[in-house]
Amino acid sequence: MTLLDLEQIKDKEIAGRKKIVLRCCLAAGCTSSDSKNVKARLDQAVVAAGLQDQVEVRGVGCMKLCCDGPLVQVDPANTLYIKVTADSTPSIIAALSGGKSDLPQGDPQAAFFTKQLSIVLANSGVIDPERIEDYIAADGYLALHHALTEMEPRGVVEAVVQSGLRGRGGAGFPTGLKWSTVAKSPGAKKYIICNADEGDPGAFMDRSVLESDPHAVLEGMAVAAYAVGADQGFIYVRAEYPLAISRLQIAIKQAKRIGLLGMGVFESPFNFNIDLRIGAGAFVCGEETALMASVEGKRGTPRPRPPFPAERGLWDCPTLINNVETFANIPAIMRRGAEWFASIGTEKSKGTKVFALAGKIKNTGLIEVPMGTPLRTIVEEMGGGAPGGGAIKAVQTGGPSGGCIPAQHLDTPVDYESLTKLGSIMGSGGMIVMDETTNMVDVARYFLEFCMDESCGKCVPCRTGTVQMHHFLEKILAKKATARDLTHLEELCDMVRNTSLCGLGQNAPNPVQSTLRFFRHEYDALLQPELHSGGNGVAQPQPLAGAK
Amino acid sequence: MAAKTLTVDGRQISAENHTTILQAATDAGIKIPTLCHLDGVYDVGACRLCLVEVKGTTKLLSACTTRVYEGMEVTTNSERLQKYRRMTLELLFAERNHTCAVCVANGHCELQALACELGMDHVRYDYCSPKWGVDATHPFLGMDHNRCILCTRCVRTCWHIEGAGTKNVAGRGTKSYIINDLNEPWGESETCTSCAKCVLSCPTGALFHKGATVGEMERDRSKLAFIVNAREKKQWVV
Repeated sequence: MTLLDLEQIKDKEIAGRKKIVLRCCLAAGCTSSDSKNVKARLDQAVVAAGLQDQVEVRGVGCMKLCCDGPLVQVDPANTLYIKVTADSTPSIIAALSGGKSDLPQGDPQAAFFTKQLSIVLANSGVIDPERIEDYIAADGYLALHHALTEMEPRGVVEAVVQSGLRGRGGAGFPTGLKWSTVAKSPGAKKYIICNADEGDPGAFMDRSVLESDPHAVLEGMAVAAYAVGADQGFIYVRAEYPLAISRLQIAIKQAKRIGLLGMGVFESPFNFNIDLRIGAGAFVCGEETALMASVEGKRGTPRPRPPFPAERGLWDCPTLINNVETFANIPAIMRRGAEWFASIGTEKSKGTKVFALAGKIKNTGLIEVPMGTPLRTIVEEMGGGAPGGGAIKAVQTGGPSGGCIPAQHLDTPVDYESLTKLGSIMGSGGMIVMDETTNMVDVARYFLEFCMDESCGKCVPCRTGTVQMHHFLEKILAKKATARDLTHLEELCDMVRNTSLCGLGQNAPNPVQSTLRFFRHEYDALLQPELHSGGNGVAQPQPLAGAK
Repeated sequence: MAAKTLTVDGRQISAENHTTILQAATDAGIKIPTLCHLDGVYDVGACRLCLVEVKGTTKLLSACTTRVYEGMEVTTNSERLQKYRRMTLELLFAERNHTCAVCVANGHCELQALACELGMDHVRYDYCSPKWGVDATHPFLGMDHNRCILCTRCVRTCWHIEGAGTKNVAGRGTKSYIINDLNEPWGESETCTSCAKCVLSCPTGALFHKGATVGEMERDRSKLAFIVNAREKKQWVV
């Protein structure tokens, strides 16, 4: 494979394109509402109408407006059909030759689409994720060629540093700094890991990227491997994502076949292989040290850091772990330059962020917006507010480790620092909207229950502290708790946060603490007056005098 | 070997490079409470009792897994640490069924001793009172899951001192428990060598010799350290 070969594939692909393209979403969301059948029927209808020379029906990845799926978009007419059924397909084809269609249509000029800025999702919903030629036609693998043939590994790391890209997995650690640490770590064998163990309730960003544009992730990993000097990569993807797994398998096979992965990539001395590792359903395996233990075939439990994976990771070798979205940003940065990337976003948070909009909101789906976009723009303009026009009460970001941001802070720009200041986190990108009917204590209980169930059981505060916190919340919700219970709960939150071994435990109190911070009155309203004897008339044990 | 000087609780001490805070403090006669640490097996930093404050970081670090460095300033016993340690013990007592009065390890139990030492005189949380069973299928050893604190000392001992690899952890969160082989009754385990080193390693009454009654389960843990020392350093010192 050379640059010439790559260009030939691209030219051939573009030359072979037909006049009209019907893009039919085949990502998990639309597939679950029968879009596979819609695609098959569209194919049949095209043949029946004798239009097969002019019309291509392309199965594509996520087209973002998931709530209105299955989606079919017609190019170049820019018509977006929503909630398409198999029976409505002949009518879509009839409309191509001038007929009128009264099928429900979405507005491609709505704020939901126009306010987006696609870098990571640029190919999502546009290319066929199961065909490498389609990715190459969209300038795919040019970035890898550019890095391998025109740049030193050090230069690649420097470019990522200059871009200001920060980890999209949640913590926001500067990606360039991580890469340079791994590059500098001594060792003949190094590894690259792509963390695709997305487990936050209501989050589906990584899944959509893998289903819609798997090659972007592979290319990002290959660039990273060249930069840090690794020759083996792993993608750790959860078993609950069968479609993402199958598309990754196809993508890896295709890239290997034409010499973009494997031995001597682009006829250079650079070798790079990628293997998949399938997670077995433990949320904690999204934590990097637990993930590595799992890749090694051990029980997926975290270990104390330092040593950080960059120094001693997989099988004690220097290891670079980045999230799916982080890797998916790399090809664009290499192609268009670090300066271009750094010009997007805010001072400390560069580029864009993909969010999965869910909950009590009209337009649920996937959005990619520049860092620093106010929450209000996302929720009210793009999301269309609460269905039925109810008032929005809070937005939960960061999944079970995140926090609730109340409506009065909706003008907060979305960036790492601003969200942290409000007691939440950017997280991986789950965004759950709550309206006025939501009980915030119940929300806290829900997320805490999730953390309690997903605790690995290794360290005491997370394993049993979350159980006791959950007890207190149940007691409050059952209107059986007193002010003293609330004090104990707050004390436990502080203890679990400060003493837990890994991020799961350290952030588990977030939903409780952030709802307490902004919605304390909802807790207070459920408390009962202090009694000196228990409800059964038995005096409760009082602490001994002098006890701490 | 290069020595490092550090300050622990205001005292200047020196330690060899690569030693942990726990080792350095112990050598200098400063006691840091531990439960999952056991001389002779590697550390995992799971019980969180040995957490210490280190100047320059807001995070609490486990003394058993953090290496010393030159000029390190460590506080091992602040008000805050004492409070967290008592809470950790309270959580452990509330998690399973720790009834000292009927326990084989009464009087020889590390959990009990720590509670006395750290002033944990009552538990403010609801007792979970789970129903865990007892595995008495082994001819002369037994395991009472009700008294287990999941420190995994037995697991590490089984894998790294005896090398049998019988014991392991199954399940998740508070439902985790110690298993033999692929979750088989202990007596049916094909890999167990019946060496009883796991019983030596157990800090509570969870692992015991059959026939021991209340308070009789005493253990000589120095035997484990002796084996490791003999093996690794070829020093046969009793």
